[in-house]
Formats: sequence, C-alpha cells, structure tokens
Amino acid sequence: MHRTGELSGQFQTLEQQKESATLGMWTFLITEILFFGGLFLAYTINRHTYADIFAFSSRTIKLSWGAINTVVLIGSSLTMAMSVWSAQVGKKKLVTFFLIATLVLGSVFLGIKAVEYHDKYVEHHIPGASFDMYYCTNNPGACNLGAEDLAKERAELKDLTEKMGGEVAVNSHAQLFFSLYFGMTGLHALHMIIGAGLLLWLIIVSTKGRFTPQWNTPVENVGLYWHFVDIVWIYLFPLLYLIDRH
Amino acid sequence: MPKEHYLNATYGLRSWLLTTDHKRIALLYLASVTFFFFIGGIFATMIRIHLLTPTGYLVTPETYNKLFTMHGVAMIFFFLIPSIPAVLGNFLVPMMIGAKDLAFPKINLLSWYIYLVGGSFVLYSFATGGLDTGWTFYTPLSSVYSNSAVTPAVIGIFINGFSSILTGLNFVVTIHTMRAPGMTWFRLPLFVWAQYATSIIFILGTPVIAITLLLAGLERMFHLGFFNPALGGDPILFQHLFWFYSHPAVYIMILPAMGVISEIIPTFARKPIFGYTFIAASSIAIAVIGFFVWAHHMFLTGESTYAALAFSLLSYLVAIPSAVKVFNWTSTLYKGSISYDTPMLYALGFIGLFLIGGLTGLFLACLGLDIHIHDTYFVVAHFHYIMVGGAVMGYVGGLHFWWPKITGKLYPEFLARLAAVTLFVGFNLTFFPQFILGYLGMPRRYHDYPPEFQVLNVMSTAGASILALGYLLPMLYLTWSMRYGKVAGPNPWPATGLEWRTPSPPPTENFDETPVVDWEPYDYKNRPDLGLATPAGPTLAPAHGDD
Amino acid sequence: MTFLILVSVGFSFLITAAIVIFFFKFHRKSKDEIGVAIHGDMRLETMWIVIPGFLALIMFGWGAVVYVDYRHAPQDTLDLYVIGKQWMWKVQQPNGRREINEMHIPVDRDVKLVLASEDVIHDFFVPAFRVKMDVVPGHYNTMWFRPTKAGRYHFFCSQYCGTNHAVMGGWVTVMEPSDYAAWLSGSTGENENPVVAGEKLFAEKACSTCHLSNGTGRAPSLNGVYGGTVRLADGSTVTADDAYIRESILDPPAKIVAGYQPVMPAFQGQLTEEQIMSLTAYIKSLQSQPVPATGAGVISAPGKK
Repeated sequence: MHRTGELSGQFQTLEQQKESATLGMWTFLITEILFFGGLFLAYTINRHTYADIFAFSSRTIKLSWGAINTVVLIGSSLTMAMSVWSAQVGKKKLVTFFLIATLVLGSVFLGIKAVEYHDKYVEHHIPGASFDMYYCTNNPGACNLGAEDLAKERAELKDLTEKMGGEVAVNSHAQLFFSLYFGMTGLHALHMIIGAGLLLWLIIVSTKGRFTPQWNTPVENVGLYWHFVDIVWIYLFPLLYLIDRH
Repeated sequence: MPKEHYLNATYGLRSWLLTTDHKRIALLYLASVTFFFFIGGIFATMIRIHLLTPTGYLVTPETYNKLFTMHGVAMIFFFLIPSIPAVLGNFLVPMMIGAKDLAFPKINLLSWYIYLVGGSFVLYSFATGGLDTGWTFYTPLSSVYSNSAVTPAVIGIFINGFSSILTGLNFVVTIHTMRAPGMTWFRLPLFVWAQYATSIIFILGTPVIAITLLLAGLERMFHLGFFNPALGGDPILFQHLFWFYSHPAVYIMILPAMGVISEIIPTFARKPIFGYTFIAASSIAIAVIGFFVWAHHMFLTGESTYAALAFSLLSYLVAIPSAVKVFNWTSTLYKGSISYDTPMLYALGFIGLFLIGGLTGLFLACLGLDIHIHDTYFVVAHFHYIMVGGAVMGYVGGLHFWWPKITGKLYPEFLARLAAVTLFVGFNLTFFPQFILGYLGMPRRYHDYPPEFQVLNVMSTAGASILALGYLLPMLYLTWSMRYGKVAGPNPWPATGLEWRTPSPPPTENFDETPVVDWEPYDYKNRPDLGLATPAGPTLAPAHGDD
Repeated sequence: MTFLILVSVGFSFLITAAIVIFFFKFHRKSKDEIGVAIHGDMRLETMWIVIPGFLALIMFGWGAVVYVDYRHAPQDTLDLYVIGKQWMWKVQQPNGRREINEMHIPVDRDVKLVLASEDVIHDFFVPAFRVKMDVVPGHYNTMWFRPTKAGRYHFFCSQYCGTNHAVMGGWVTVMEPSDYAAWLSGSTGENENPVVAGEKLFAEKACSTCHLSNGTGRAPSLNGVYGGTVRLADGSTVTADDAYIRESILDPPAKIVAGYQPVMPAFQGQLTEEQIMSLTAYIKSLQSQPVPATGAGVISAPGKK
C-alpha cells in the first residue's frame, strides 16, 4: 500500500486504485466469512447433538463480561464509522481522535477477554490435560463462585452425569464445547489484534494529516474490516453465551 | 530480441527474491512447482515399481502407505493447484487485459513466500516420519491412530491455503478493475474467464479446508473430539467439511487447463473459437455447480439416500458444461487452417484424455455403479485422466504455447512433437489398465494385491516409464532452448491476444502505453497486423518490426 | 454399466473421429492461410446440451433405482454381524458361531450385514457381488445382497485404514442351504449364542430391573419391540430397528418413549460393540413374547418384520 495516496505503478488512475483496494477488502472479507463459517458449522452441529451439556457449559461463562464486551465492540464500530465520516468531511483532528477511541475500545474488549480466559483457566475449563468440569464443585474455595451458584452447579452437574453416563462423558463433551469456545473466540481475538495493529498504523498516518476528503481509502477499508470483526462477535455472543439462559 | 526486457532489467538475487513484477513471480512459481512435481514424481515412480509384483519388494507396507499419501499431497496442493494459475495466470492475466501488473503486486509476492513456508512444513513432515493417512486425512485415522508426522503436514497445507486465497483475490480484483479501455467482459480471452472462475473457487473453498485441517490438527494435538467417535465426535462431519473444498479443488485444477486449450485451439486453427459465450458461461457454471456436488465422494458412508440422490443428480449436471466445452472446441476445428504445432498436439491430446476422464466420471456419479467401483482403481484411473491427462497436458501445452513470449526463444519443434506423442501414449498405457483393474475389484491404496491383478499392474508400470520419458524430454529441451533456442520474435504463431502485441520477452511494464481495444477476440479476419492472408486482399506487412 | 459403456464409447468415437477427420482435412495449406470464422450456432449448442442432459438423466435414474434398492434391505434377511478393526474382520452368524476373515452364507437367500468398526473407517467389499459399504466407527451401517451361485469369493477392505489395509481381506463361502445348516451347527469351540449372551448381559447390567416384561416397570417392556413402531414423547414415531436399539442403549435421552421419564442411564463407553450386538440379538428374540396390555414399548401389534 502506498503512503500518501499517490498512484501506484500498476494502476492507470487513482479511481482505479481506490476501486481495487475496496473490492480487494470486500473479497477478503468474503473469504473470512467462509473461514469462520466452517467453525460455526461445526459448533452448530455439535450444539444440536449435545444440547444439554452445551447449555450447561455455556452457563458457566459469566454473562456480564460478554454483554459488556458486546456494548464495547458496537461502540468501537460507531467510533470507527465516525472516523471515516470525519475524513470524508475533512475534519483531520477528529479522524485521529476517533481512531484512537476505536483502538481504546478494542483494547478494552481484548482486556476483558483476557479476564474471561483467566477465569476459565482458574476453573479448569481450558481443554487439555487439566480440563475438569468437576473442579469447582470439588474444590469450593478455588473458583470465584458464590455459595448459591456453586450449589446450583453441583445439582445440574449431578443430573448431567447421570444422564450422560459418567464423568468421562460429561468431561469429553464439555471439552468439545470449550474447544469450540476457545477456537471461535480465539480466532476472533486474533482478528481483533490484527485490527488493532491496522488501527495503530492508521493513527500514525492520520497524525500526519494525510487523510483527506479526496483520499481516505485506508480508513474506509480498515473500517470495513473492523465492522466485519464486530459482526462476527454479534453472532458469537448469542451462540456461545446465550444458549438457554433463564 | 529486445535489448531490455523483464528478465534482464535488473540483476541479482535480491531483484528476483524481492520482485513485484508478476512475470518474475510467475517464474519463481515455475521453479517451485517443478520442484514439487519432481518430488511427487519420484514417489509415483516408487509406487509403480513396488506394484510390479503382487507382494511388493521395493518398500515396506508402512513406507508404501507413506508414498501414496505424500505423492497425493505434493502433487495436489503444491503442484496441480498452483501450477497454471500461479505460473501462467500470473504471467498472462495482466498482459491479456492490457494492464501493467496485477492489482496487488506485493501481495502476489507474499503469496509465493506463503507457498514456500507451507511447502517447508510439508517437506519437514515428509522428512521426519512421513505421512501415511492418505491425502484425504480421514478421521479418526489421521487425528487419532496414525503414527506419522500429520501435524506439520496439516499446518503446511493450512498455510499454503492462504497463498491460494491471496492469488484468487488478486485475480478477481484485477480482472474487475484493471481491464484496458475497450476490453469489455465479452472481449476477454477465455483464459481470463477460466482464471476468474477458478479464483471464485479459491476464495470460497479454500477457507473451509483451512478450518477443517485446523480442527483435525487440534484434535490430534489436544485429544479433542470433533471427529473422534470415542469422544462423541463424528468422522463423517470431517468428510463433509473436507470434500466441501476438495471437490471444488478439482475444478481449480481443470478450469485453468481448459482456459489454456481455449487459447491454443483458435490460434492453431486460425479462426475464432466456436461458441465463445457458451465456453465462458460454462466456466462459471462449473465453478458454481461444483460447490454442490461434494458428497458424491460419500455415497457409501451411510449418508441419507435422499442426499445421495441429490448429489448424484447434481454431479451429472456439472458434467454438462464440460461436455459443452468439448463440443465447442471440436467444432472450432471445422473449416480451420490447422497446423500441427506442439501446443495444438497437447490441446488435442487434452481433449481426448479429458473426454475419457470426464465420461468415466459419469460412471462414478451413477449411484448403482459407484457401489461397485468406489474406492477401487477405477477411481484412480478416472482422476488421473483428468488431472494428468487433462490438467498437466494443459499446463505443459500452455508452457509450450507461451514459451516464446516468456523466454523470447523457440523450443526445438521436432523433439517437442515427439515428446507430446510420447506423453500421450505413455499416459494411456499407464492409466487405462487401471480402469479394468478397478472394475475387476482391485481396491486402491493397496501395497499388496491378489495375483490375478498382476498383468494389468505390470502394463501400467511399463506405461509409466514411457510417461516419465514424456515429462523428462520437455524439461531438458525447454531448459536448453533458454540459451540455445532460436529467437522467437514478438508473435511467432501468430496469436491474437494482447500479450502477443509486446516484444518477446516483454518489458517490465508490459505496454509502453495502455492499449485501447476495439477488436473481438480470436479475430483473424480483421487483424492485418498479424501478417496473414485476409479474404479481402494480399498479405499486409506486419505492423511490428523485429525488436 | 453396459449402457454407460455404450454411451461413452459412442461419444468418444464421435468426438475422436471428428477431431481426427478435421485434423487432417483442414490441415493448413499455405503459410498465411486463416480459417473460416464461424462464431457459433444456437441450434447446435441447444442440441448438445439437451441430448447429453437427457442421457445423463437416464444414467442417473437407472443408478438411483439400483442404489435405493440397495439401501433398503428387504424383510426376512439372514442377518450377520460384522466388525471391522485394524486389521481383521470378525463375523458373527445368527446362532453365535464366529469367524475371522471368513463368511459362510447360504445361496439364494437375502443376506444382511450389520457393520460396525472398533477403530477407524473400513469398508467391506465383495467385488463378485458388486457390493460394498463403509464401516464407520460410532454408528452402524447395513448392506444386503443375495448370492445366486455357490462358490468362494474374495472380499476386501476398501477404505484405507492404516498399515495393513491391503491385507485385511478374506473369503465369502456361499453354500447350498443344507450344507450351510450343517456347517452352522457343526461348530466347535467357544461360540456362545448371542441371544444367550445378551440375556446374561441384560441381567448383569440391571436392564431387567426397569424393563419388566409385564410392563409394570419404570421402563417399557421390550416384548415385541424389535421391528415394531414406537411412539416417542414428542409425538413422533420410530421403527425399532438395530440402529434404534443401539442408540437407546448408548444415548437414551435421544428418543424417550411416550409416557416414560428420561431416567435411563447411558451406556456409552461401557459396552463393546460385540456386547451391544448380543443385547440386540436378545431383544430381537423377545419379538415373539406376549406384549403386555399396558406398559408395552410398541404401539402396534408385533410380529410383522
């Protein structure tokens, strides 16, 4: 990508260049849909087959964090859109301001994600050797759960164990849920981190005042990418957090 | 030959390894895909030698299983899929539409490096324990039971997928936005239509195989249960996800070759192609319908009968556009002025072999028949007819056709024709017996076989030795011609595409000024610049002086 | 097959002849000669879309009929249980007699194979009978055929399954019915009748504590269930075939019988494939037992297989 909006050698006109960049970003986003789509499909099929255990596992994830993150991310899409608008009307300082706001909100999102992952680590819900759905109920002090929640979990777990025929079955299917959870949110987080990198680059370029109403293609295209990552989360949130909440 | 062109414009290793010139990148790919072709070819040679006797003596069963797996992985992912798009496509698409380069030259170079990284992982897998799961990686064999180096291989193929995706992205954007003035969609060479259709498949299909292999790799590494029934997973889910890409992938391999044929035939018959619109439309049709037939690889897994019926019907549907192309190519020959140049021999060989490969596909799509011939050598013969008899012939024919443009030199014609015929004969001797073997019941991926199958196996191996010669010859004389070949001139055939209106080899920026197109493709009648007789009058002097 | 070969050979001949004829007839006569520009012909295009399309439909239809028939085994089959594992085949006859890499069956009788895998995907292929079917871990597949000639026929594994995939084969011996009966009863060594084994397991695993045969238990009586229709809690009905029995043992909550609570524990991971098969054989043997007036598993009169 060029630095100052000058014509790159292979293009005939600036318009052709802009058209190519935008079409390129849309095409790339289509590949991303197919990429996440495979994961979503695997999740949906397993969710259908193991409805109970998936619902139970989903309930062990703190809804509040997910809800806050959703608001944060939607907010960041708003600030991103504002940044594009600012460029289109020539308010250069605002461009930088809104880009920084987007980056901040994106970082908040990632920070909350880190907190969530840490929770899962403490509760032994990370797939692998130490995965154990029974850890919290067997070690009451270890997890960050109130007495009432703990009792509820213990009761539901007992039900499930009977239904599924043993602890091994419960653990292997719950591990499936969490593998998909970490896979999907992890892939999403990776895309957020890449987005953060792109935003940083945009911020630096925007402080030099290079984005103008005549040329702001990078802001627009990064905006497209950012909105896409936001939409992926909009699907992820209900699928992972909101199954069967009463 | 022009004094300065893309090959000598700049010198040094860095100028090649950091190039953004689509033509140089095409040559970088040429070197790397040829390397993987060699590797895959060595494995194939060992397979055929081992199969000379019912109890093979060349290698152990474990090694044999690795040989056919690695042969498949190397050939499909690292030779066939990139070959025409990344070598010929990269070189020609910008020139054919009158552009100076692709839309994203740096991403083009990145694609090549990603390919190398992916290839390295796979080579590492080959070297440290090999791969014995079959190129299809069916679970739970690949994710639980296999003791070979599955994980690095799966990582390598995953990474390589991004190389394809970026190439497809580059082509789609380029073809949409960078056509020269006057180059409307229906004036595009059919090769460009073919690349466009292929790129759609790259973009939509490759991400799915990426995620599938990722899941299978994670299952293997962390003992998860997506596809492992012991942990509640479903091995058939893997097959659905795998074939959702891998079936369209075979269209990735054949569509570009069809595009090459659509360029060669009008050139060596010196007349417009018959049914241009139908051929262009059928490329798109194949790409689209091709996404809806994947479960014809799964007729005998216990899938629902309704699903099987639907997929069989759709598989017959996807055959029709291919048939349309074959009829149109053949009709182009009618009342043509046909020369027997090497590219034409390859093109006609392609039609013959693709015909057999395609027709035998109809056998496999037939539900009742598939019960018998599924997973036998019949399938092996079928796909080799299309991928080798079709795609590789198209690739080698295309290399010959555009060799003068790429290198500025001509290859030795007699030797080239001999090689083409050798290839055709050797190929048929190698693979036709395999149809019979499959029908008689010899399953595929067998390191030992019942003695009654030996005669046909020996025939097949004998043919393979001739086939090998047919590949070796071009590698030798094409290399030779780069130094000692006759100077080609800008348009030796002559052909009508925009790429032929540049010197051979072309300058780095392709065109001095952007061409403005106001003629139809493959129009020999109204092109006095080609220096041929026109019905109207005497031969005109060529417009291009010798550069 | 013959039809396809004829069509293929026909078209191949046509195209090849056309190419060869055009190739020689229209060979370039002078250096500057060009061809005659013919851009296309709608009638030709239509014709060669419609005719191949029509032929394709015939091929599809014919194959579909054969396939649908293959996927629906007739009633009254001789059922054999087949287990594939790396790298051998275990076959179990209806009376319990076991074979390894061998299968004895009578001629002129519909034979159904119930296929299960203990590890990876295999495939049971008998070229002479023109039949095969994948053997997938995690669920049953069935296939059927009717041998019409006595003899010995090779069978193979035809889904790549690891190191010894190529030598995982055996022989099907088709015998005259009297010979088969003699062979079947002349068994030596340990081969417990699967029905007897299943009955023992039924008691051992405490199935009998809930599935009382008189219908007064916490679970439906299994008399007459096999082959009959069962009404489920969600109002739908299902035929109680081998797959249903298997699923009910391994994953009871999947289909709860109407009027009953979902209290049956799941036996996933606690039974081998052979044990499941013997339980199924035992439950099958209860077909002819008297169905209780209340608490029956079936909703229609049993006995119609």
